[in-house]
Amino acid sequence: MAQARTDIGPPLYKDMLPPICKENYGKWRYHEIIKPGVLVHVSETGAKLYTVRAGSPRLVSIQFIREICDLADKYCGGYLRFTSRHNVEFLVSEEANVEPLLAELAAKKIPVGGTGNSITNIVHTQGWVHCHTPATDASGIVKSVMDELFEYFTTMKLPAKLRIALACCLNMCGAVHCSDIAILGIHRTVPKIDHENLHKMCEIPTLTASCPTAAIRPNPKLKSIDIKADRCMYCGNCYTMCPSVQIIDPKNDAVSIWVGGKISNSRIGPRFSRLAIPFLPNNPPRWPEVVEAVKHLVEVWAANAQPGERMAEWIERISWEKFFEITGLPFTDKHIDDFTLAQTTFRCTTQFKW
Amino acid sequence: MTEAKKTPLLDELEKGPWPSFVTEIKKAAANSPSAQDLLGQLELSYEDKRGHWKHGGLVGVMGYGGGVIGRYSDIPEQFPNVEMFHTIRLNQPSGWYYNTKALRQICDLWEKYGSGLTNLHGSTGDLVLLGTRTENLQPFFDEVSNLEEHPFDLGGSGSNLRTPSCCAGPARCEFALIDTTDLCHDLTNEFQDYLHRPMWPYKSKIKISGCPNDCVASIARSDFSIQGTWRDDIKIDQEAVRAYVAEGFDIQGLVIDKCPTKCMSWDGNELTIDNANCTRCMHCINKMCKALRPGDDRGATILIGGKAPILQGAMMGWVIIPFMKLEPPYTELKEFLEKAWEWWDENGKTRERIGELILRLGMRNFLRAVGLEPVPQMVNAPRANPFFFWWPEETVQD
Repeated sequence: MAQARTDIGPPLYKDMLPPICKENYGKWRYHEIIKPGVLVHVSETGAKLYTVRAGSPRLVSIQFIREICDLADKYCGGYLRFTSRHNVEFLVSEEANVEPLLAELAAKKIPVGGTGNSITNIVHTQGWVHCHTPATDASGIVKSVMDELFEYFTTMKLPAKLRIALACCLNMCGAVHCSDIAILGIHRTVPKIDHENLHKMCEIPTLTASCPTAAIRPNPKLKSIDIKADRCMYCGNCYTMCPSVQIIDPKNDAVSIWVGGKISNSRIGPRFSRLAIPFLPNNPPRWPEVVEAVKHLVEVWAANAQPGERMAEWIERISWEKFFEITGLPFTDKHIDDFTLAQTTFRCTTQFKW
Repeated sequence: MTEAKKTPLLDELEKGPWPSFVTEIKKAAANSPSAQDLLGQLELSYEDKRGHWKHGGLVGVMGYGGGVIGRYSDIPEQFPNVEMFHTIRLNQPSGWYYNTKALRQICDLWEKYGSGLTNLHGSTGDLVLLGTRTENLQPFFDEVSNLEEHPFDLGGSGSNLRTPSCCAGPARCEFALIDTTDLCHDLTNEFQDYLHRPMWPYKSKIKISGCPNDCVASIARSDFSIQGTWRDDIKIDQEAVRAYVAEGFDIQGLVIDKCPTKCMSWDGNELTIDNANCTRCMHCINKMCKALRPGDDRGATILIGGKAPILQGAMMGWVIIPFMKLEPPYTELKEFLEKAWEWWDENGKTRERIGELILRLGMRNFLRAVGLEPVPQMVNAPRANPFFFWWPEETVQD
């Protein structure tokens, strides 16, 4: 066996491009969505590249990869790509191959969609499948939500695009904090300290420094730490630093829902998602309360937004007080910020709505 | 192989029209004892509502400090084949373009050395391979890095430069105002050492979008967000505008009225744009890409400080360089990154991202350290409070 070659860097993207992309690199003129899930990019040279976008569970087996490779070999000259939201994109340079590819995808039950005014793949994290700090599962909730919202993936009948993301804890490997709808696993109780083992496994100064609210202080007598319970906001950062402060609590870990975030600069600029529902129970295997809440939010928005209005734009137009009224969601003390920069979210005008 | 256990809860997730990850695990489980035990352990997680992965565990390959994430089951006696179930991050090609040969090679090696399960892709962008044993890490890497065609390297993990990622770029998108795929490849190669050998206070991420639509969510998900933009006038093809309208396109409702700066007007025949007041949001170009195109004076806006909530709360990137020309060899950008990292490395506390450090020490200190002049594009509004610092040389010293 040869020795590993280190620091060789990624494969060269140019070796991964279909000839049509190489020939028209930087020359694309415009694109159109021919039908849900199918794009055509037209070059200044007149060349046309068809993209067929398909949904993926993101966690995929090598059997699935080989299957989509077979399709790419048959219809795309052996080339495909993935999107930033983990959809599969087949890059088709022969128009005649589009329909047969769509037919084979349909036969294999791989859905096509996610273009224009639709929901695309839900960006998500590992959850119980492979993560060591999750407050909930990820793939299971995503699968349950997408089953329910399936028609909004395969059609483009929403007022605008809708981006849903899920993170299974506040670490947010999925960076869900700027999504139209974010599903976020939360802890709700103070970590339990294993005083016996803490000093063997963890650095106490690092641990105390890891707390954003200074709730952790050393306990020299026990060679351990204490947590001031009324300061702890259950972020779990201490647990990431030290396994002897166990924050996972199956009786209390839960799911929260956030709305009105976006990334794109298009029209109104990027903004954070805001808390809509502070608590929903963690109910595997299908999380009915979470699915119902997300569906409700999508449908209330779809029924009330003007054409082209994303969730954030709709809420900005009608106001947050109307958002809570129209959605029927209770407004609680959890909705009023009490962390860093909380005051930037307090209202300083008499202009508000009843 | 461990005897196949019944998974009634997970089986529920094979119902419904969306592709099922449970079906994927079952497919892998047909040939892989570790995928089989993953299924069993996950079923147990669904029963008792908690994960069953132990906290931490350092594993890796020779010469590297990152790229592999240790994962151990906390109930190995029940599920011995996932006693170790480590993650390998492979550095994806720019823009997530693949030929099938490259992907099939990975599948073959992962069949030989791993569980047969993958993520395409992880949140930072890597091609993620889920689940292998410690003794397989080095042989896998020896083989994957020696593939005759399309060898792969590891991505980043730990307190290092995380694998840079970028959008589809000029290979497939007409909106790409910078060569995102080339820039991503170039930066990744330039900074291999930072990517593979964790030596910083915490992680640092670079994400590159070709235009202000920001398809890779760089503003929210990276310490250094690079977004293509332009400085001159939007190019209008009036004939094509008229063609849109003739086809029944509601130019007033969908474009003119939705312009955030109200810098556009349509008189029924000509479209006019007051470019000096345009903030290049892309909306009109997105809606009428046959008729409108960005200008020719192209470059990128660099934003700094974006991150998820841990530690001090979520932050979005702040404009730090409103416009930079970005052409190979990208010297100006590389010099800026080096200076910013050096300042952060010198001053940052453990697990403090660069945005948090800038907030703690003040933007003025960062600007001085990296030699940038303050400009109004950096702020929404100037400060409203009268408590501000002066540099010693700005006042009379006794």
